[in-house]
Amino acid sequence: MDASWLPLFWASLIAFAILVYVVLNGYDLGVGILFGTTRDEGYRGTMMNAIAPFWDGNEVWLILIAASLFGAFPIVYSIFLPAFYLPMALMLCALIFRGVAFEFRYRAKRFRWLWDWGFFLGSLTISLVQGMAIGRMVQELPVINGEYAGGAFDWLTPFSAFCGIGLVLGYALLGASWLVLKTEGLLRDWAYRRLGWLLAGVLTVLALVSLYTLVSHLRVRDRWLENMWLAVFPLLILLASSILWAGVRWRHDRVPYGMAIVIFLGAFLALAGSFWPYMIPFSVTIMDAAAPVQTLEFLFYGAGIVVFPIVLIYTGIVYWVLRGKV
Amino acid sequence: MNLDPLFLSRIQFAFTASFHIIFPSLTIGLAIWLAMLEGLHLTTGKEVYQRLFDLWLKAFAILFAMGVVSGIVMAFQFGTNWSVMSSKAGPIMGPLLGYEAFTAFMLEATFLGVVLYGRNRVAPGFYFFSCCMIALGAVISSFWILCNNSWMQVPVGHEIVNGKIVPADWKAIVLGPVFLLRWLHMLLGSFLTTTMCLISTGAWYLLRKVHYQEARVMLNWGLVATAAVILVQIMVGDINGKHMYTYQPAKFAAIEARWHPEQPGAQLWFAIPDEKNQRNLFAISTPYIGSWLATGSLTAPVSGLSDFPKQDWPPVLIPFFSFRIMFGLGLLMLATSFLGIWLHLRERLETSRWFLWAAFLTFPSGFLAVILGWFTTEVGRQPWVVYGLLRTADSMTPTLTGTGVLATLISYMLVYAVISSFGIYFIYDLLRKGPAESGSEIAGVAEAATDSIPLAKE
Repeated sequence: MDASWLPLFWASLIAFAILVYVVLNGYDLGVGILFGTTRDEGYRGTMMNAIAPFWDGNEVWLILIAASLFGAFPIVYSIFLPAFYLPMALMLCALIFRGVAFEFRYRAKRFRWLWDWGFFLGSLTISLVQGMAIGRMVQELPVINGEYAGGAFDWLTPFSAFCGIGLVLGYALLGASWLVLKTEGLLRDWAYRRLGWLLAGVLTVLALVSLYTLVSHLRVRDRWLENMWLAVFPLLILLASSILWAGVRWRHDRVPYGMAIVIFLGAFLALAGSFWPYMIPFSVTIMDAAAPVQTLEFLFYGAGIVVFPIVLIYTGIVYWVLRGKV
Repeated sequence: MNLDPLFLSRIQFAFTASFHIIFPSLTIGLAIWLAMLEGLHLTTGKEVYQRLFDLWLKAFAILFAMGVVSGIVMAFQFGTNWSVMSSKAGPIMGPLLGYEAFTAFMLEATFLGVVLYGRNRVAPGFYFFSCCMIALGAVISSFWILCNNSWMQVPVGHEIVNGKIVPADWKAIVLGPVFLLRWLHMLLGSFLTTTMCLISTGAWYLLRKVHYQEARVMLNWGLVATAAVILVQIMVGDINGKHMYTYQPAKFAAIEARWHPEQPGAQLWFAIPDEKNQRNLFAISTPYIGSWLATGSLTAPVSGLSDFPKQDWPPVLIPFFSFRIMFGLGLLMLATSFLGIWLHLRERLETSRWFLWAAFLTFPSGFLAVILGWFTTEVGRQPWVVYGLLRTADSMTPTLTGTGVLATLISYMLVYAVISSFGIYFIYDLLRKGPAESGSEIAGVAEAATDSIPLAKE
């Protein structure tokens, strides 16, 4: 029986879950980053309220991704995590500090500063680590016989650090556009004023990263030169950026977040197009990494086609009932 | 200094897992308690349920947040520290944990947003539904965790292909021979953790002569539920023991510190096992009971550790003592609940300060029993990670260095120390202050709320 569609189904589902994670957890991480750039207690309180009902649900997408990888592509799971052993631990500690800050911050009196810093630095660290991981993946991880074969600090390169900063700006862009969507008055104006700068920053990083990839000898370059149609994704990003900018100019509260999602979608698809069908760039393909058919089927008939749509439906319902400005 | 990454990884897993289990063991029961309070409030309209709901919801929010963040660490740790296990047993363990994420975590986390922030935005029926979804998510989550763990304890329904453990029969894997009763054991354990906390909080309020109405609701429900659940729990525990003797006899021998086979088997109540010389010091035992606990017959032969190759022996000391303390805590719960009910029936509960003090001090019993139960079963499974198939020593990520693991272990310890000291303080502070607007501070007033509570008198 030809069951090659099963790994493709799971790869697509995980790709979709990553995209959902990035645009959802991205805005609440972004608000966390912006939180550190103001000292206004009123702003800070409203920022927390704008994301507090959602952060839990957003963050669970990360567990869903980790668990799906473990289930459907155990090799990817067991190469990726050891390669980023130290930064992953750092990210998890940051996730812990940041997660409990939602409950602890407003209860603490003398130690509020601890949770303010924890919330800001936690959000910043998580974003930085995720960006660096993507950057390092683009540079190709050393893999031998299905196992990670590099050192403990291989993840730290100038390029990965630059990608880390890029994702911090990207999440901050999502965060500012979420604040525009969910808040009113002075904070909304404050967020609007930052949107332009963040957009410029994100586009600059994307341009420099693309330029570096093109002039370097990375295998990605050949991909792009051979498949010129990939250029639709950068064009999509430029189009979305212009609409976002127009939304900022004309103060359309819903436009920036929607367009920020499109920018992330464009960048994500460009990345996927650069490496397809590899899951670990140029060493492990989707087919190499796929779990046995029995495993994928067991996941498919329950989690894949029954539970996952239900999750999407009730997530949508909950966002709908909690819609509107805070 | 020579740092062994394997030893450090095991300490790290034990530490992060033990820390994590504290939260689910309370939140599973608490989620059900909250859904019940909300349901009672909806149907009876009595304010006391609403006040108790609001109080425990705040505690739940703190506990749940700490449970989520410490749980994420678990989801990543299989890959970071145990990558060989992940790639070898991933085709079976991965989907089981994947199902947990799909069916449970999403449900809990998404509806928690509604319950914490949606009181004034959604209809009461939808609010109650959201409470039920959180409780359902918590129960489903324990289902998959126990399913996965039971497979690691007694692996069935698999085959070995190219050195990988791959699934052959999912029905056998999911509904393994020991799964259902182990799941029930964990569920009842977390119910008991919750009911002991309710008893303890109620006793605390009565001792301080505050929040009488709420204290009575918590004590009545707590005592009756504990009494009912603990009896079932002891029976379930006994059957689990017999399963263990059938499927993991070496573990059973280690828990009982039985070095050599015996017929009939004696039951050790206390001893100091001496692992080096394979004997027990200061042993207090009763003949025949050992055979009965293992097999159900008073005279059947029971195997001892010397029946198994030495390289397959689990450590003895930790399972031996963890099990005995866990069992002792169970007896403590039994005594507390029955004594409390007896005092209540004689209308002396609220005046017996000695009992209230004792009940107040039992709050850690449920947590400790759950942690020690897991110690018993997990340490007892050693030296295997997947029993009989994959050794712990062969499961570790090959690229790990001792310094690397030491660095992450210390980081987790520091972070957990900070968040747990704040978390414990906030929950203490919350429960000490009690419900926001207490109905009645005077004993004997506003009894209206007690008529639907078990044991309540006219």
